[in-house]
Amino acid sequence: MDQNTKIIELRNISKSFNGEQVLKGINLDIHDKEFITLLGPSGCGKTTTLRIIGGFVTPDAGDVCFLGEKINSLPPYKRKVNTVFQKYALFPHLDVFENVAFGLRLVKTPEKEIVSRVREMLALVNLSGFEARSVDLLSGGQQQRVAIARALVNNPKVLLLDEPLGALDLKLRKEMQFELKKIQQRLGITFVYVTHDQEEALTMSDTVVVMNGGIIQQIGTPQDIYNEPVNAFTASFIGESNIVPGIMHADYLVEFEGRNYECVDMGFDKDEPVEVVVRPEDIEITPASAEFLCGTVTAVTFKGVHYEMLVECLGKTWRVHSTDFSPVGSEIGLRITPEDIHIMHRSPESSQTASDSEEGGEEN
Amino acid sequence: MIKLNAKWASYPYIVWMILFTVLPLLLIIYFAFTDRTGAFTFDNIEQAAAYLPTLVKSIYLAAIATVICLVFAYPFAYAMSRLSFSRQKMMTMLVMLPMWMNFLLRTYAWQALLEDNGVINSLLTSIGLSPLKLINTSGAVVLGMVYNYIPYMILPLYSVMTKIDKSLVEAAGDLGAGFFATFRRVVLPLSMPGIISGTTMVFVPAVSTFVISGMLGGAENYLIGDLIEAQFLGNSYDLNCGSATSLLLMVVVLITMAIFNRLDSEDAEEALL
Ligand SMILES: Nc1ncnc2c1ncn2[C@@H]1O[C@H](COP(=O)(O)OP(=O)(O)OP(=O)(O)O)[C@@H](O)[C@H]1O
Ligand SMILES: [Mg+2]
Repeated sequence: MDQNTKIIELRNISKSFNGEQVLKGINLDIHDKEFITLLGPSGCGKTTTLRIIGGFVTPDAGDVCFLGEKINSLPPYKRKVNTVFQKYALFPHLDVFENVAFGLRLVKTPEKEIVSRVREMLALVNLSGFEARSVDLLSGGQQQRVAIARALVNNPKVLLLDEPLGALDLKLRKEMQFELKKIQQRLGITFVYVTHDQEEALTMSDTVVVMNGGIIQQIGTPQDIYNEPVNAFTASFIGESNIVPGIMHADYLVEFEGRNYECVDMGFDKDEPVEVVVRPEDIEITPASAEFLCGTVTAVTFKGVHYEMLVECLGKTWRVHSTDFSPVGSEIGLRITPEDIHIMHRSPESSQTASDSEEGGEEN
Repeated sequence: MIKLNAKWASYPYIVWMILFTVLPLLLIIYFAFTDRTGAFTFDNIEQAAAYLPTLVKSIYLAAIATVICLVFAYPFAYAMSRLSFSRQKMMTMLVMLPMWMNFLLRTYAWQALLEDNGVINSLLTSIGLSPLKLINTSGAVVLGMVYNYIPYMILPLYSVMTKIDKSLVEAAGDLGAGFFATFRRVVLPLSMPGIISGTTMVFVPAVSTFVISGMLGGAENYLIGDLIEAQFLGNSYDLNCGSATSLLLMVVVLITMAIFNRLDSEDAEEALL
């Protein structure tokens, strides 16, 4: 089996709860040894997708395949998939050792092997010596590690993780992100990871799946997703963006904010209305001149590495990240080079931005 | 502001306990070890020991009733705990409904059903079958116990089961446990406290009942409760001997409960299976 083997395939999966369609035709290939992340706002169907893979939810339509074999109606205990639950779900009547040994005991593993494998797993998650602890007496991070060890000890082909770091504080979260990635690489297991934290998704994943409203918006590497968002939703959900309407006059030529810009995109209809995305960190600040889009700085925030400035140009507010400081009230020019411009088709769906759908997504 | 002291808050109940639990208990002990003149004696205890077969029969019938209650109540309580919230409330009401009716009345109703020419036998003869001997059997006593005490088994079981997180059952399934393994390794051990308290709440009143055995059991099912009743209120009035019998029963009940509670600790599941 190599990296190109499709280990799990979701084919046209749909699912409704109480008449509300939660997943609308999900198609997804998960490859062997891949770290794939489902990313999207709350309620977009990430957990439901994961539970369909785990076997806890049966899709209304569509197929789930495991190594090419349809497993739609296979119960969870027969799937070679293990889950790290969002709230850990550790067994309160068992100690750390027995929690981890749970899966091994079910398949009648010899006691000696159980001991060695549980020890090995606890060492992997840095919990050696905690064997006899009651799980109630562990911290959140430690419980998290037990949950991971308990799932990994069964040598699953695929590990499903539902916002595993959601309950941890920022520092611990960063540490665990790093450790999880290390574990995944060391064991060579496919991870299907759910998060609504875009930074987490970008730093850990091989592949990011951006979801919204039960629909997959984009699948790609973190670089693809960040640099080439296919629609305004992805662009605004992943990182911060300036999104303005524009018109594609010809290949490599777009007009927005009353100016023509050279760009690297092509293949649009002549004079097609489009969305133009420019990342705040791609904009370069220059002295105001007729050559550039110009505006007045209305706010400056120090963000550590850079300043975030809000610049009012022609009635629109542009977000600019720069290490150069321009005081509030100053007139500056915004230099936007062809590589900084991302053009997207304008569709009824893509005109909806992440912030809109987070607030108003429940109604539709 | 007056700080409400937890110690003070418990005083009324402590006074109540002393007046109506500790004092009568001391009286029972006093009567059990004295004769009519008030002199110390072991005679009553010896006499009570002669009733051992009756006590054994009481324990036997109460144990059967408790097991039947557990067998019926357990799956029921489990299913109930998985219902939607509004349905759970409705089921709780249904379970408690019989408890709103007077205990004596309920048992009279069973008497009317089970009598030699009662409702059930009338029905049987009317469709041409021969009547059955129902009343005044051990079976009738056990039936009466199960009927009257099963809510006390269902409610504690139901209350622990609602606290078993659904995700634990899912986690067990995820780790490879089928239905029975999940039950044995997760649901059963986590519901052990409910089993213990339900069992206690059914066994203790069942072992000392005299209403049920008196009304449904007849002369052959004379239980320890009937005996004590007769010694305190009935024709074989003997305060001292009655106290000794009560004491004996109490000791047996305490020992039984101690055994159950030991089950709860450590390897509860292995002991039960
Ligand atoms: N068992 C269920 N019964 C009814 N509705 C459900 C059920 N599970 C999920 N839903 C609904 O489906 C939608 C998607 O839920 P899901 O849990 O998949 O979202 P999510 O992307 O994981 O969100 P979050 O980031 O908040 O966890 C929600 O509107 C939710 O209310
Ligand atoms: Mg979720």
